[in-house]
Amino acid sequence: MTEMVVPKAARPRPRVRGAAEEPAWVRWSLIAACILFMAAFLVIPLAAVFTEALRKGVQAYLASFTEPDALSALRLTLLVAAIAVPLNLVFGLAASWALAKFEFRGRSILITLIDLPFAVSPVIAGLIYVLLFGMQGWLGPWLAEHDIRIIFAVPGIVLATLFVTFPFVARELIPLMQEQGTEDEVAALTLGASGWQTFRRVTLPNVRWALLYGVILCNARAMGEFGAVSVVSGHIRGHTNTLPLHVEILYNEYNFVAAFATASLLTLLALVTLVLKAIVERRARAVACGEERPR
Amino acid sequence: MSIQVTHVSKSFGGFQALRDVSLEVGEGELLALLGPSGSGKTTLLRIIAGLEQPDPAPDVDVRFNGQSVAHRAVGGRNVGFVFQHYALFRHMTVFENVAFGLRVRRRRERPSRQEIADRVRRLLALVQLEAFERRYPSQLSGGQRQRVALARALATEPRILLLDEPFGALDAKVRQELRRWLRRLHDELHVTSLFVTHDQEEALEVADRIIVMNAGRIEQDGAPEDLFNNPRTEFVMRFLGAINLFHGRVENGGVRVGPMLLPQVDCALPEGQAARAFVRPYDLAVDRRKNGAAAMPAKVTRVQVTGPVVRVELEAAAGDVIWADLPHAQYRDLRLNVGEQVYVSPRNARVFAGDYRP
Repeated sequence: MTEMVVPKAARPRPRVRGAAEEPAWVRWSLIAACILFMAAFLVIPLAAVFTEALRKGVQAYLASFTEPDALSALRLTLLVAAIAVPLNLVFGLAASWALAKFEFRGRSILITLIDLPFAVSPVIAGLIYVLLFGMQGWLGPWLAEHDIRIIFAVPGIVLATLFVTFPFVARELIPLMQEQGTEDEVAALTLGASGWQTFRRVTLPNVRWALLYGVILCNARAMGEFGAVSVVSGHIRGHTNTLPLHVEILYNEYNFVAAFATASLLTLLALVTLVLKAIVERRARAVACGEERPR
Repeated sequence: MSIQVTHVSKSFGGFQALRDVSLEVGEGELLALLGPSGSGKTTLLRIIAGLEQPDPAPDVDVRFNGQSVAHRAVGGRNVGFVFQHYALFRHMTVFENVAFGLRVRRRRERPSRQEIADRVRRLLALVQLEAFERRYPSQLSGGQRQRVALARALATEPRILLLDEPFGALDAKVRQELRRWLRRLHDELHVTSLFVTHDQEEALEVADRIIVMNAGRIEQDGAPEDLFNNPRTEFVMRFLGAINLFHGRVENGGVRVGPMLLPQVDCALPEGQAARAFVRPYDLAVDRRKNGAAAMPAKVTRVQVTGPVVRVELEAAAGDVIWADLPHAQYRDLRLNVGEQVYVSPRNARVFAGDYRP
């Protein structure tokens, strides 16, 4: 009688779990919970926006953009972003340069102040400007005398947007600049570079990806801001309506197709922002890990 | 170009980094500023470069070739500076890094494109990195990066080269290579060079002259062998090279350490005064028999034969650990065993007394 010999290699090896590895059912239920949550709060609403917008067909969808009020809202939104983003780019660079590269009295207070717009409700931000520049506000009578309109006009909208978006660029740059220190700048100075050359050729390229990332976030917020802008805008159709405000007006008028069509535009902006953000993030990480290849 | 520094002090907040330091560096000299961390050596280097300003004082000055540069900014001093952590521009290739100092010049002083390229290639050949000009700093090893940094610093043809712990971030083997290489490079270029280090071996091997610094002051200034053989202060004695320390008292013009009487060497100290005698491990003879009064018994506790000399660790009667370096041949003749009782006798000792401030 022969005995069955099981070759050694064929014997099932007991699988040993890594110390930091959870059992399979834990992993899968966590992933499932995450996906369910995302579906309920992100994917379904996103789908709803586009279904509602296209409910009466593509024709009706496109028609809502050619309407003059919608076009004017789009123009205003682009104008506000075109003013607010470059201004905050310059401010963010200046502030983070000052905060990250120099030691001075009141530095930590300034860092805290930069975060203020994150902490304050946007509606309050809008109200501040109404209190300052409105008819009953501190500067209102003087402005009225000189026939300068800020509240319920474009300047007010720009101001409110500026306020709400100003931490974005600085917040991205400060930690990176702090981490990089000042040695590169000092090296450039010893090589005879001027302050401006040092900034343009050394400091700026070192933070370019973080800067771009901050600008993308800043732009998304500038175009999408509702609360602060809503308070100072006055909702004058064709004059002081931005896209988010336009959505609200249309919705309140039960013009659902147009409302959702406009909303879909903002949604697309958000999707584009996300894609850009992902690309820039990957790029920035590659640079940080030293994988930058020759162009 | 020579450097004269006179009466420089510098404090950061409550910390006094430099206390009235004066020094001179001759044309074409390679000088090491040696000292422990916090001794002020880097601060001194940065003041010479113009990266820090000395504390205001009536007679403070920094002069190059006798001309004061105290009021000139960094860029106007024409010094090359090499940093411990290279400080290469990470978004530029090796070529662009080296070319930087030339490209940022005003148009009138800027060499032509072709001249810049030629000079950069010449420098890259000098630091043996011709093949790497298109690489980014992140694609280089530490030693290669530091060579790029050196080429970059030399590109503007500085009259003075300042190096701040240039090999501090490198591993031991690369460090040794680069040291020799820096020495050769200096012999070729003869640019007045000052380098900061806390590594005594590095200073002894590379420099023409060493300035030992401690707590913001210059402790001693001299040729390497001079410092090594005739340390003027206890600090220099302890800092340069290995030592055995014996605590004793002055007796009959010598120093008594336990059963051993060391013949007095240099200083006239009062009888009975506490003193410390320092003996280099290679100045310590090991023998089976007691020969003369300057010997003390000790027990062999450990022998390490791997190295250029045999390192014998001993324990004196008082429990002090002593170590002696013997030539291999002598060690073989002696046939020492661990646990064996022997006599150690210093061939040469230096005695210091009074308070010691490390």
